[in-house]
Amino acid sequence: MIEIKDLHKSYKMGSNSLHVLKGINFKVEDGELVAIMGSSGSGKSTLLNILGMLDGADSGEYTLDGVPIKNLSETKAAQYRNKFLGFIFQSFNLINYKSALENVALPLYYQKVPRKERQEKAMQYLEKVGLKPWAHHLPSELSGGQKQRVAIARAMAAEPKVLLADEPTGALDSKTSYEVMDLIQQINDEGNTILVVTHEEDIAHMCKRIVHLKDGVIVEDKKIEQVRAGQYV
Amino acid sequence: MWLFDRDLWIEIFHTLGKNMFRTFLTMLGVIFAMVILVLLLGSANGMSNGFNKIFAGTASNSLFVWGQSTSEPYKGFERGRRIRYKIEDAEILKKQIPEIEVLAPRIELGSHRSVVSVYRNGQTSGSAVYGDYPEIDEITKKKLVEGRFLNQTDIEHSKKVCVIGEETYKLLFDKGENAIGQDIRINGVYFAVVGIYKPNNNINIDGENAVFIPFTTFQKAFNSGDRMGWMAIAVESKTPVPFVEKQIKDILKHKYDIHPDDDRAIGSFDMSEIFNNITSFTMVLQGFSFFVGIFTLLAGVIAISNILLITVKERTKEIGVRRALGATPKIVKRQIVVEAIVLTAFAGLVGFAISVGILAIMNSMWGSGDDFPFANPMISIPQFVISFVLMVGLSVLIGLLPANRAVKVRPIEALREE
Ligand SMILES: Nc1ncnc2c1ncn2[C@@H]1O[C@H](COP(=O)(O)OP(=O)(O)OP(=O)(O)O)[C@@H](O)[C@H]1O
Ligand SMILES: [Mg+2]
Repeated sequence: MIEIKDLHKSYKMGSNSLHVLKGINFKVEDGELVAIMGSSGSGKSTLLNILGMLDGADSGEYTLDGVPIKNLSETKAAQYRNKFLGFIFQSFNLINYKSALENVALPLYYQKVPRKERQEKAMQYLEKVGLKPWAHHLPSELSGGQKQRVAIARAMAAEPKVLLADEPTGALDSKTSYEVMDLIQQINDEGNTILVVTHEEDIAHMCKRIVHLKDGVIVEDKKIEQVRAGQYV
Repeated sequence: MWLFDRDLWIEIFHTLGKNMFRTFLTMLGVIFAMVILVLLLGSANGMSNGFNKIFAGTASNSLFVWGQSTSEPYKGFERGRRIRYKIEDAEILKKQIPEIEVLAPRIELGSHRSVVSVYRNGQTSGSAVYGDYPEIDEITKKKLVEGRFLNQTDIEHSKKVCVIGEETYKLLFDKGENAIGQDIRINGVYFAVVGIYKPNNNINIDGENAVFIPFTTFQKAFNSGDRMGWMAIAVESKTPVPFVEKQIKDILKHKYDIHPDDDRAIGSFDMSEIFNNITSFTMVLQGFSFFVGIFTLLAGVIAISNILLITVKERTKEIGVRRALGATPKIVKRQIVVEAIVLTAFAGLVGFAISVGILAIMNSMWGSGDDFPFANPMISIPQFVISFVLMVGLSVLIGLLPANRAVKVRPIEALREE
């Protein structure tokens, strides 16, 4: 599903440049649930942003579902993001003046799905994350966990090939974190490919594979026995 | 079609409605500009209409021709010879110059611009006395307060009737006295009054102290024979007056043995010149109005653009999220440009409504006054359409500025914004 080869990325800051990713090689198969770990500043977010086509790499190859991702125009990148990827952010990033339902329907709007169909589909996904009764509430009326579940529904709504989550539980307490992880596991159980950046060991162990980043390279990449989040909920 | 995209409109009205007060302040500039533009244009139109009212009843494409004295000796004649036209000249000119629509011959009693004593019951007035054809009314219309103007029957039967000016009436009759059917006496001949005219606040070549009698009656009563003093000529609208003026002069010069270069022997006055001057004046006025209006409009639209720039800055993160979810730069830009258009168009309409109200008030205050050329100040539909298209066009151009700013930030940077 995802294949990257010898990926490099550095940030230029004035005259110096900070080499963040120093040759990453990495492959993710269909249906995997991968945790990306590493200390702060190790380049986890940078990697995820490149995978999400929000940022470009300096060199190296990136193939997503057989499509080479290189030198994309902003328009093309937006279309690919819409079609291939779902984003889940640490700070939820819901649009504050839109209801939960409208937020979930937004990616479908950019796919030019007709309004009625969009609403129905968005409602299905809200139901899936257990928030159907909250459909017409504004984000400000939801708890952190609920917001993140709306964000997950929104990421799912366009039926992307890969879900990218950058510290999805970073802003949540442990109980709510497990609820969110439970949801992510369920989605993964249905065959969706998911990458989760996290700091927390327990969250990482709810995935099926852990990739460790250090100083811009992968230092460890291992398959693990998945801990089900459901038992803590 | 994005125009019917309900979500687009919901979003636009949401973002505009979120900060009503600021949105309103933003629009003030354009409202003000539209008011200025419409008021200026409307006033220019009002003046134009006012002039038209003044000249109503005067054929604009017309000229007057009379005889003067020669200034060059020619064919044995000495200079200073007085030119006197004959009534047959009218027929000759009409026949030879097809562009002439109406030709009204006139003869004046006494010397040119002199007055004659007119008597009635012991009252006397010194008035100009003209022998006229009814056609003169097609060139300089008389506004009758009572009775009628001269007609064809008067001419055919050489009736002893006359139409008098209001001034003459005041001199000869008592206040409120009925004049119609009463006789007045000129050079010992009695004429019955059939009509009284008053100045209709238009250009009045003949003045209001004058007596008009049928041309044929004049000939018999005052023994003028085949003489003719003066011609009022209406030219068909497509032909420039100077073109016909030259032909007339050439024919008359030839007929009366006037030196071809003698410019003083034949007097003439081209009415169309005045009309053309006024038309250019009002056009300059309108052009000026547009010029000033467009620049105020530009200033107003720039203010809108500025506010949108601020809005875009405030919404950086939101726009970043949208782009992560698949909004292409085109979609993002479109929304901001449409916001600019909606703001401008709405403000423009508000300004238009206000200024139309002001114009209506102006009209009720000065519109019917006789002493100031001002009537029905209003902008025409084409002017409205042009202003509106210009305004919206400007707003699209200016809206592109914040729109481009919105997509200039890369999505990753926009998302990092707090
Ligand atoms: N836009 C940028 N400009 C300059 N330097 C940057 C930029 N983004 C990230 N960096 C630097 O690159 C390095 C990697 O950043 P990144 O955000 O990928 O780390 P991270 O592993 O996600 O850390 P954290 O766990 O704290 O989120 C850091 O040293 C950071 O300061
Ligand atoms: Mg990070």
